[in-house]
Amino acid sequence: MSADVTAAAGVSAYGHEARHQPEQPILEVKDLAVTYGPVVALEAVTFTLKAGDQVAVIGPNGAGKSTLFKAIAGVWPATTGTVRVGGSAPGEHICIAYIPQRNEIDWRFPVTVADVVLMGRTGRLGWFRRPGARDQALVRECLEVVHLADLADRRIDALSGGQQQRMFIARALAQEAELMLMDEVLTACDTPSKEEIYRILERLKTRGVTVMVSTHDLDEAAEHYDRVLLLNRRLYGFGASAEVFTAKKLTAAYGGVLRLVQTPHGTLVLNDSCCRRGDAP
Amino acid sequence: MIEWLYDGIITPLQYPFMVRGLWAVIIVGILCGVVGCLVVLRGMAFFGDALSHSVLPGLAIGYLIGGGARGPLLGWALGTAVVVALCIGAVTRTGRFREDTAIGIIFAGMFALGVALISTGGSYSMDLVHFLFGDVLGVSGRDLGWTGIIAVVVLGALLLFYKEWLLLSFDETLARTLRLPTGRLYYSLLVLLAITVVAALQTVGVALMLAMLVTPPATAHIWTRRLPSMMALSAVIGATAGVTGLYLSFYIGIASGAAIVLVCTAGFLLSLLVRRRP
Repeated sequence: MSADVTAAAGVSAYGHEARHQPEQPILEVKDLAVTYGPVVALEAVTFTLKAGDQVAVIGPNGAGKSTLFKAIAGVWPATTGTVRVGGSAPGEHICIAYIPQRNEIDWRFPVTVADVVLMGRTGRLGWFRRPGARDQALVRECLEVVHLADLADRRIDALSGGQQQRMFIARALAQEAELMLMDEVLTACDTPSKEEIYRILERLKTRGVTVMVSTHDLDEAAEHYDRVLLLNRRLYGFGASAEVFTAKKLTAAYGGVLRLVQTPHGTLVLNDSCCRRGDAP
Repeated sequence: MIEWLYDGIITPLQYPFMVRGLWAVIIVGILCGVVGCLVVLRGMAFFGDALSHSVLPGLAIGYLIGGGARGPLLGWALGTAVVVALCIGAVTRTGRFREDTAIGIIFAGMFALGVALISTGGSYSMDLVHFLFGDVLGVSGRDLGWTGIIAVVVLGALLLFYKEWLLLSFDETLARTLRLPTGRLYYSLLVLLAITVVAALQTVGVALMLAMLVTPPATAHIWTRRLPSMMALSAVIGATAGVTGLYLSFYIGIASGAAIVLVCTAGFLLSLLVRRRP
């Protein structure tokens, strides 16, 4: 992929021209609270990420993971507190990609994989401009990064779960995103698909893309990410997995949902997430 | 045989009202076919139905004031449709009610108001029938001109803002992270739909409008892979069904609006049968 893909951050033809200040962290969340009417989805969440960090966001269903991502993406307003991306409000940036959960998308929509990835270019094109040869070439490159180039012309309803997620990662690349928020990106994937996505995450790391992934899988969170963020409405821990995944913090965050079983080999964590109630909107 | 078929097609064209009617159904078929694709994909069928019914009080007021003159009627209908579309949009976006509830309240209320207003006039039942089921053979040259202008404006807008409306319809969250003005795009789409509904009113009427917006796009969806081809095929289906339906109504003497819709429905059922999913 060309070098300018992640260079011109935040210049949008729809009137948003926030630029990243180099001395500022890519993401700074300070005392964030989000409420839906009387329901408190998030409160007192504070943490900072530097460029290239890859973080797993862990928490039970309804912990506010999607809400956190939408507040960071600037599509849902913070009730109190602040979110800063590269030093300014997220709503001024077009370099934040939110990778949706599967059920947020209508898969019968008549578009191909390449069409969806091309949508990521919209923010750079602006009004009345159609995607040109350069955009098409970039789409091709982004599809190659996620190993989907041979499926470019496939209808999206003919993709497997893992392919769907890789398509959205390609779209985020086409968007020239520097901060990718991946909601349950691995939930629908089989093991080979997961391995493929972990390899893509490695590639994103070398590009300096900052990634947050919400997940239910504590083992994979511990194994594949620099840091973990333990969330259940409030922040229960943020740091290396060894520091965060302690019996005390996990029990505090999960309450009765999580069973910690002491075995001769260490602590066994049983995560009861079979009965999905769905996260808050 | 060929001569017989040729005569069958040519004979109705001797009547100017039939020629105007054919032009009207072609324009409306194309317009509704294209715009209807967004209605189908966005799940706005109920909204489209409500919008067409909600135009009734506007038509009634225009009718009572103008004494049946067609020209101002279109203006009244257009104004009503745009106001209703924006109202439904605003109520929906507040999030206090589910969308279908908001639509249902406004739809039923407006329709009742329309029926009440029409019933104050003299020839209640006949006029109501025209509003409800269309009067494509009563289309004047002036009506046709307006329908054509509306079609050009709507299709032109669709061409200009295609990528934004596609994005909004497929993934609104992406549209918002790319900082598109999603609110304005949403409302302008509603206004576009309102204009389309008004343009199609005289052809198929309030009650059967929904079929023109939904059935050709749904049929095209069965046969196509991408949105541009779906829109093109849907336009062809809409126009063809319009022409076929009008000829059917000419020869076997059934109501034209109903004939057009029945052809659309038959096309859909046939497509569903022929192209069964594996």
